[in-house]
Amino acid sequence: MTTYPVRFLLNGTPVEVDVAAQDTLLETLRNKLWATEVKNGCGKGDCGCCAVLLDGRAVNSCLTLAVQANGKEVVTVKGLGNEDDPHPLQESFIRKGAIQCGFCTAGMIVSAKSLLDENPRPSPDEIREAVSGNLCRCTGYKKIIEAISDAAPKCSPSD
Amino acid sequence: MTQMEYAKPRSFKELDGIFESAKGPLRFIAGGTNVVPDLRAGTISPRLLVDLSGLKEMAYIREVKGEIAIGALSTISDILASRVICDKAPLLFQAARHLGSPLTRNRATIGGNLADASPAADTAPSLLAMGAMVHTRRRRGKERTIPLDRFFLGPNKTILAKDEIITRITFAKPKDPSRGRYLKLGLRNAMTISVASLAVSLEPEGSSFGGARIGLGAVAPTPVRAYLVEKKLASGAMDPKNIEACAQLITKEISPISDIRASADYRKRVVAVLFQRAIQAAVNGGTP
Repeated sequence: MTTYPVRFLLNGTPVEVDVAAQDTLLETLRNKLWATEVKNGCGKGDCGCCAVLLDGRAVNSCLTLAVQANGKEVVTVKGLGNEDDPHPLQESFIRKGAIQCGFCTAGMIVSAKSLLDENPRPSPDEIREAVSGNLCRCTGYKKIIEAISDAAPKCSPSD
Repeated sequence: MTQMEYAKPRSFKELDGIFESAKGPLRFIAGGTNVVPDLRAGTISPRLLVDLSGLKEMAYIREVKGEIAIGALSTISDILASRVICDKAPLLFQAARHLGSPLTRNRATIGGNLADASPAADTAPSLLAMGAMVHTRRRRGKERTIPLDRFFLGPNKTILAKDEIITRITFAKPKDPSRGRYLKLGLRNAMTISVASLAVSLEPEGSSFGGARIGLGAVAPTPVRAYLVEKKLASGAMDPKNIEACAQLITKEISPISDIRASADYRKRVVAVLFQRAIQAAVNGGTP
């Protein structure tokens, strides 16, 4: 099978991986680069669990071919912060109880980060719009909106 | 599974080279929001994927001499971020806001939305109502300009040849941008596929509807202009009686299907309602 070498920055670290033309960024991240914090939900762009930042903008990694990430910067929820040094959004989700089963959280936080980078003080409606492509099947939307709203003043684009 | 190859031309010259050497069917991809699910589902299995996203000269939005031009690679998010579109073509802005979610809009391109030729393509009704033209390029630089109302041939079928790509979409700057309204009915508010969608653009001449244009989505095998209704609107007065008569006529001009989202009968009723609301909003200068 023909494969293509793809190089990109994953959470700040250069990675190189061989992929087939039709491999998605999602399966490459999870199965070849072990970035399993990126979740595989519907696999067709309906649920947003697999959202990552591609050159700073939130996209569904299941709808992006891995070859199309070549030369770009990919940031997952793990790239925003970790247990020792969490991102204000991550902290806020914990504090507000905006996590139930947790499956949608990685994508939610990525969409929220993309929003706050463009609009540092969003209204609740703007937050709802920003996460409209992220489904929470525990239906914990209220606390998710509150968590993003609470985190906004504590975030800066460099976070 | 057959071998699939991938190519990403950086220029039209490179694209021509790909056409010359391609063996077997090829498929264009840009944002991938339609193509990738089709690949996964196995509904398409091209020999070669040609990624157009490297043709950077096709990503722009500009206004030149009263005409607005949108490069085919402009994403839906680019359209929403554009001052030109927001101020001068709000009809397209309104439609772009209803396309998918931000996750989709950050990838999906306007060229792809049209080339995919979904009957429910969100940008199509507004572009139809603004009389948009599709500019294309075939191998060795052969170009043509196709009025959008002749571009779609059926569900997922366009007039494009196998080696033909959309380079840009153009339309005349609306004379009065506030005299337009796009309405979409889905099964919920966010991230939804149209049950029916409708765009109305008015260019009121005195007290008549002359120059009215109506684009419809998800109520026929392709996005369509409502020519009969436009004619009847223009021939009557700018009054509720004429609007009511046209709302009756519009249900006869469309040919909706029953599907998972709605029945054909429901779509007919809904289009009549959307039409009356949209035209009222357009008469009032954008507010319903």
